[in-house]
Amino acid sequence: MNMRISAGELTERSLQIIRDLKHLEGPMLPILHAIQAEFGYVPEEVKPVIASELNLSRAEVHGVVTFYHEFRDHPAGRHVLKLCRAEACQSMGSDRIADRARQLLGIDFHQTTLDGSVTLEAVYCLGLCACAPAAMVDGEVYGRVDEHCLSEIVAGLSR
Amino acid sequence: MSLVHELDYGTPASRSEAQVTLTIDGRAITVPEGTSIMRASMEAGIKVPKLCATDMVDAFGSCRLCLVEIEGRNGTPASCTTPVMPGMVVHTQTGRLKDIRKGVMELYISDHPLDCLTCAANGDCELQDMAGAVGLRDVRYGYEGDNHVKARNDGVINAKWMPKDESNPYFTYDPSKCIVCSRCVRACEEVQGTFALTIEGRGFESRVSPGAHEHFLDSECVSCGACVQACPTATLTEKSVIAIGQPEHSEVTTCAYCGVGCSFKAEMRGEELVRMVPWKDGQANRGHSCVKGRFAYGYATHKDRILNPMIRENISDPWREVTWEEAFSHVASEFRRIQYQYGRESIGGITSSRCTNEETFLVQKLIRAGFGNNNVDTCARVCHSPTGYGLGQAFGTSAGTQNFDSVEHTDVVIVIGANPTDGHPVFGSRLKKRLRQGAKLIVIDPRRIDLVRTPHVEADYHLPLQPGTNVAVLTALAHVIVTEGLFDEKFIRERCDWSEFEDWAGFVSENAHSPEATEKYTGVPADLVRGAARLYAKGGNGAIYYGLGVTEHSQGSTTVMAIANLAMVTGNLGRPGVGVNPLRGQNNVQGACDMGSFPHELPGYRHISDDATRDTFEKLWGVTLNNEPGLRIPNMLDAAVEGTFKGIYIQGEDILQSDPDTKHVSAGLAAMECVVVHDLFLNETANYAHVFLPGSTFLEKDGTFTNAERRINRVRKVMSPKNGYADWEVTQKLAQAMGLAWNYAHPSQIMDEIAVSTPSFALVSYDYLDKMGSVQWPCNEAHPVGSPIMHVDGFVRGKGKFIRTEYVATDERTGPRFPLLLTTGRILSQYNVGAQTRRTENVTWHAEDRLEIHPHDAEQRGIKEGDWIKLASRSGDTTLRALITDRVAPGVVYTTFHHPNTQANVITTDFSDWATNCPEYKVTAVQVSPSNGPTEWQSDYDELSRRSRRIAGKLEAAE
Repeated sequence: MNMRISAGELTERSLQIIRDLKHLEGPMLPILHAIQAEFGYVPEEVKPVIASELNLSRAEVHGVVTFYHEFRDHPAGRHVLKLCRAEACQSMGSDRIADRARQLLGIDFHQTTLDGSVTLEAVYCLGLCACAPAAMVDGEVYGRVDEHCLSEIVAGLSR
Repeated sequence: MSLVHELDYGTPASRSEAQVTLTIDGRAITVPEGTSIMRASMEAGIKVPKLCATDMVDAFGSCRLCLVEIEGRNGTPASCTTPVMPGMVVHTQTGRLKDIRKGVMELYISDHPLDCLTCAANGDCELQDMAGAVGLRDVRYGYEGDNHVKARNDGVINAKWMPKDESNPYFTYDPSKCIVCSRCVRACEEVQGTFALTIEGRGFESRVSPGAHEHFLDSECVSCGACVQACPTATLTEKSVIAIGQPEHSEVTTCAYCGVGCSFKAEMRGEELVRMVPWKDGQANRGHSCVKGRFAYGYATHKDRILNPMIRENISDPWREVTWEEAFSHVASEFRRIQYQYGRESIGGITSSRCTNEETFLVQKLIRAGFGNNNVDTCARVCHSPTGYGLGQAFGTSAGTQNFDSVEHTDVVIVIGANPTDGHPVFGSRLKKRLRQGAKLIVIDPRRIDLVRTPHVEADYHLPLQPGTNVAVLTALAHVIVTEGLFDEKFIRERCDWSEFEDWAGFVSENAHSPEATEKYTGVPADLVRGAARLYAKGGNGAIYYGLGVTEHSQGSTTVMAIANLAMVTGNLGRPGVGVNPLRGQNNVQGACDMGSFPHELPGYRHISDDATRDTFEKLWGVTLNNEPGLRIPNMLDAAVEGTFKGIYIQGEDILQSDPDTKHVSAGLAAMECVVVHDLFLNETANYAHVFLPGSTFLEKDGTFTNAERRINRVRKVMSPKNGYADWEVTQKLAQAMGLAWNYAHPSQIMDEIAVSTPSFALVSYDYLDKMGSVQWPCNEAHPVGSPIMHVDGFVRGKGKFIRTEYVATDERTGPRFPLLLTTGRILSQYNVGAQTRRTENVTWHAEDRLEIHPHDAEQRGIKEGDWIKLASRSGDTTLRALITDRVAPGVVYTTFHHPNTQANVITTDFSDWATNCPEYKVTAVQVSPSNGPTEWQSDYDELSRRSRRIAGKLEAAE
């Protein structure tokens, strides 16, 4: 996903995605998700393409993209580890898990390990409060995460 | 004198008819249903503290300062987003509310610089006002920690701080002062409709972003100033306010740019203009503005402005500065000499659509009463004379039928030959607002103007016709309406002449006028024409807005009649939301026409041959008037070349640059013995002048302008004329020098004379205008409050007249030598010949005229973006740089005419409208080829301009 592609190809692939989805009601978010799935992030150059296809201004697209932390302006590592830091998880010890994750990976939140294998992100509620503390690895959720479980996850990702 | 104060009601007015009564702080108040509690409170005289609310945009409810308590309801709802309910009991000030507000203000101030004394908004800051209103005395959070205020925190660079954006020439954006109320974002969206601003990020990260985190100048921003007006702090501030300080008094006046006629408050400090702020009570603009009216007034104090009268014997001599007395007596004696030598008809004059009604009236009076002939014409000759003729024929009045508010009731809009977002931006914004609410749009234009597709607006039909085929397309629309039975028979039977309709219906029904038959030469696919016709006929209230793309053709008058036919056949006249609306080019084109500027018409569109009308003026002026129409501008020039026309007084018009076939104009002027130019600057026409009388700007005189909706707006003097005299005084003194006993002490006396002599202005006076704000003529016994909508109960002429509109192709055709069609237009930041806007910072956006050319045509000729190209027609050639775009169709090229060194009118031909001589600017067959420098004409002309602008005793001004 993370390979360099030419500007022309970027526009072409984006246009394909946008045209497939623009008929939807409120098409901007599905389009942005699809763009991120395709390129691993939402490239700056795609914003004006989306704007012109949806007949919006560049500002509007920029406003939406930057509002959601989910959309990245540069590619992530090969894996993304998200730790929930919202109230329920905090009360169940997620701060300790977060510290441990930083320690194991040697990076802070919003950073990627030097080898490009893992990006660590904070999220605020995965809707899994009953199984707090919760985490998400490449879109798959984990409940009742303890230090042992975290170590296993991290070991699996770094391989 | 003091500042004109405007109340901010916080939320827009409700249009509901139903009334609701409620109690606010013990006071009973009745307001329309749907009004917010905030607005109702304001109407009861109670100011609820607020930051994110302003009545130019919808309520948003983000600042949490306007909270109120409502009996029987939980919590503290925001008064801006909560509508009134019958019997509601509201408290705007309680212990709980006081605590909440103070807490909210503490948070705001904890991330705001405390530099009030040196801040540009000092004295005009809502944040400051609110801190005072809620009694903020302390900020417990301190000013350390995370902030957007300081460039460095304890020596470490603060990533959240952003420097000022000063890229826009007229205002600055200082993110450190922003409270993220998003008023600017909403003003850009709701009022202007450009959507150039957004809030990027979220939470503490959020801030205002032009475009996608760009500088203002690089973003989609069109610099209309709505955001600056909306900003409650110093985040967005006019650079003039930063440089000068807060204004101390203001006057309401009228913009001197386009025909929208926006009302502005000229905010002053002494005689210095601090800023122009659109006036919310202005009925044409409703508190909105564009980059020209709001900011581009710097020409009034530009160094190029000439402040002393000047004379020279020959146009090859340098100018000699003289006293006003010398100038007047010189002109008077020259004009008298010429008339003695060559006859009474050998001199004439041109009135200006840029000057006031009063000034225009005086110039035509000077010519008719002083010169003793009718050789008076005006620049409307070259723009909207076909409107006057066509609408006069069809309806009986030479003016648009609606007010601008009418667009708020329109369901289907046809825009033909106009580019409102550039040429009439404030109307363009009002139109876009209506389109966003769901109105349908049909654009008939060879070029893909912005309205065809711009954020949140998309035309349902764009009919990209070949330039010059307007009549064929409009008749084809009529063909569909008639043959498919989409016409409004009831309206036609009641309002129009049925037998004329039958004749016309038979004519348009002919197969030759079907969309399928006309497609071959109009280039518009038949199904688009059919779809557009059905939409306009059956889509609800249909309104037609048109501009110079209709009139500036050899069939301009025919096209106007075809538009009138369409409106009549579908019953789209005589009520709000419909009508025929010419978008006038200049601030006072309508007024100049009303004031009798045409050689065949006395004020109020009454023919010069009409004995009763002439009698009125003869008695009033104590002279005998010639009953034969005089010469039109092109005829004056022809006569000059022939040697029978020798002297001319031109007020506020640059005919050399604005009139067609520049070489013919210059030959005519060069053949005259006394050319008197009365203008702000040594314009292009002044290159051929013998006498130059310095003019005054709209800021320096009293008077009235009449806009495109027939609205008579007051122009108020805010500073003394830098040249010594207002233009009306100059004309008066010239008349006195010629022996006329004129003695007007104030323009109001001129208006009184107009009112006495012209029935449609009977009730107009300065006192009445002060009382009403503005009125739309006719304003007389029958219409005491003016006439927003015309032809309500019947047409002025009696029955509406259907006129056959046979398409006759222009003689200007493409061929092997000139295969492309050139059409011309305007751009947002520049105005007309650019004499004013070129002398302002507006050149930042448009520093030169460019030729728009389709990529195919460009490639065939080996032309790349930005290349110098030669543009040649049968009349002449010029050079300019290319802009490659698919806005124009293959075979069509487009340019603007704002810059004199381009001289686009060297190219245009002398073909003109059959009825009114309005020149055919919009169609010229041309060839485009690569070039590497100015043409011979341009070099010669540059040299001539340089030589003819020398003033004895002064160093030549460096260009």
